[in-house]
Amino acid sequence: MTIHTDTAMIRFQDLRQEFVLGNETFTALDGVNLDIADGEFVTVVGPSGCGKSTMLNAAAGLLDPTGGQVLVDNRPVTGPSPRTGVIFQQYALFPWLTVRKNVEFGLELKKVPAAERRVIVDHYLELVGLTRFAEALPKELSGGMKQRCAIARAYAVNPEILLMDEPFGALDALTRVHMQEQLLETWLKERRTVLFVTHDVDEAVYLASRVIVMAARPGRIHKVIPVDLPYPRTADIRLTDEYAKLRAEVWESVYHQPAAHGADDQH
Amino acid sequence: MSSADTSVPRRERTGTPPAATATTPSTPGAGSTKARQPRREKKLSKSAMLAINFGSVAAGVGLWALLAGIGIQGLPGPAEVATRAGEMLADGTLLESIGASLGRVLTGFLLGSLLAIPVGFLMGWYTVARGIIEPYVQFFRTVPPLAIIPLVMVTLGIGEVPRILVIFLAAFLCCVVSTFQGVVGVDKTLINAARVLGANSFTVFLRVVVPASSPFILVGMRIGLGAAWATVVAAELLAAQSGLGFLMQQAQLFYDLPTIFVSLICIGVLGLLMDRILLAIEARLTRWQERR
Repeated sequence: MTIHTDTAMIRFQDLRQEFVLGNETFTALDGVNLDIADGEFVTVVGPSGCGKSTMLNAAAGLLDPTGGQVLVDNRPVTGPSPRTGVIFQQYALFPWLTVRKNVEFGLELKKVPAAERRVIVDHYLELVGLTRFAEALPKELSGGMKQRCAIARAYAVNPEILLMDEPFGALDALTRVHMQEQLLETWLKERRTVLFVTHDVDEAVYLASRVIVMAARPGRIHKVIPVDLPYPRTADIRLTDEYAKLRAEVWESVYHQPAAHGADDQH
Repeated sequence: MSSADTSVPRRERTGTPPAATATTPSTPGAGSTKARQPRREKKLSKSAMLAINFGSVAAGVGLWALLAGIGIQGLPGPAEVATRAGEMLADGTLLESIGASLGRVLTGFLLGSLLAIPVGFLMGWYTVARGIIEPYVQFFRTVPPLAIIPLVMVTLGIGEVPRILVIFLAAFLCCVVSTFQGVVGVDKTLINAARVLGANSFTVFLRVVVPASSPFILVGMRIGLGAAWATVVAAELLAAQSGLGFLMQQAQLFYDLPTIFVSLICIGVLGLLMDRILLAIEARLTRWQERR
């Protein structure tokens, strides 16, 4: 199942993650091996509890793996780094800062001079279409706008990797489609390695060049499905036969997984 | 684990001016997308509210005048109290007493809050510090500050120090618990968001934990100021040679009810004023908060 390439930007090596809940040890991830190439767009889907968010948090350096490791650019991840941008489902904007100040946050930490910061922030606000709302507070924004602001904030520090944890999960269907298109557009303009976690099969197929399907208890990689649809992708692609076929394949492997208990070791 | 969570209201926002709560445009048709939101209750305009407030106070004073006019034993009327207030203003006793009381409250309150904020942060941020400090905080919270007066008077004498110490304690305890609660309650995602943008622990603390817990600190300060004010008057009733409490205590000896009334009204009005000032500061500093 492991695909080894020499240019892996993110490499999961025998990743194992356990959590202690009360007296019980819960295995969130077991034996995860995966290589993600530089500039690749990979989505991860799976039932709840399959450890897809755990995988992302491990790559972000927000977790200490119980076993194995995650390598970014051939170096083990030991903690969060501005090279790895994260976009959270709950937006996680600082509510006391304006849109501009939120986007500027990481740049200030990097000690980028003020004039330069302004140019960078303006660029990314433009990119996500929030120029008019630069001075607004997060509470004044809609869900989609908040998420766009979070995306601009992550992009502004110019990370090589973007980790997105169900970023559009809380949005309505229409806004979500719009955001997906925008995301792809941005990704084509400023190519970064993206690991995108979702529970939406459509979203997984539409965005990715590779879909990783996870299985639960313990969380592990169930199947890797390459998506050979050309970029740039537009809404029309959703109506093609190839898309339908891929969607069906991903759907099948997400919803008709082998029984969770006792069948863990059979492949 | 911690039992501190009972004392401070979680996200209580009582007394928020209606202007601050309105996140939707109040003019109909201005925000067409949000205009359909059902209204829970009809909101009054600011001036209408103020008119009602004034009417209510006027009616209260009227009722007081009526009761005094009927001739309830010893009850002075509004006019009599106003006259006394004028006299006391003229001879300087009122301002002097107010000054003495306010001086004590502000000293105790500022010292208490100033210490409570770092201690609350310590408790919230470091588990070990919490383990060390929390038993003391919890213990002293259950002892009314006034109950400590006999102790401080015996050990520290009857100067200013024991009184300010008691007020300090009252303000400190309110504020420390609230600050601690605020730090513990900071959204983990916000901390993670800062960390992935390159923030170290110190930056996370300064730029995330401090602003995120500021609403809690301000609520704690408001409660602390109320407690300090309540404590100063009581402390002056027991042991003082100046202040509004002392004024009342003296008046009590001479059966001087108008002076007691003047003092009581001063205490109430000053307490209200201080609370409003802090509320205005709070509203200004926490404008970013989502409000219901």
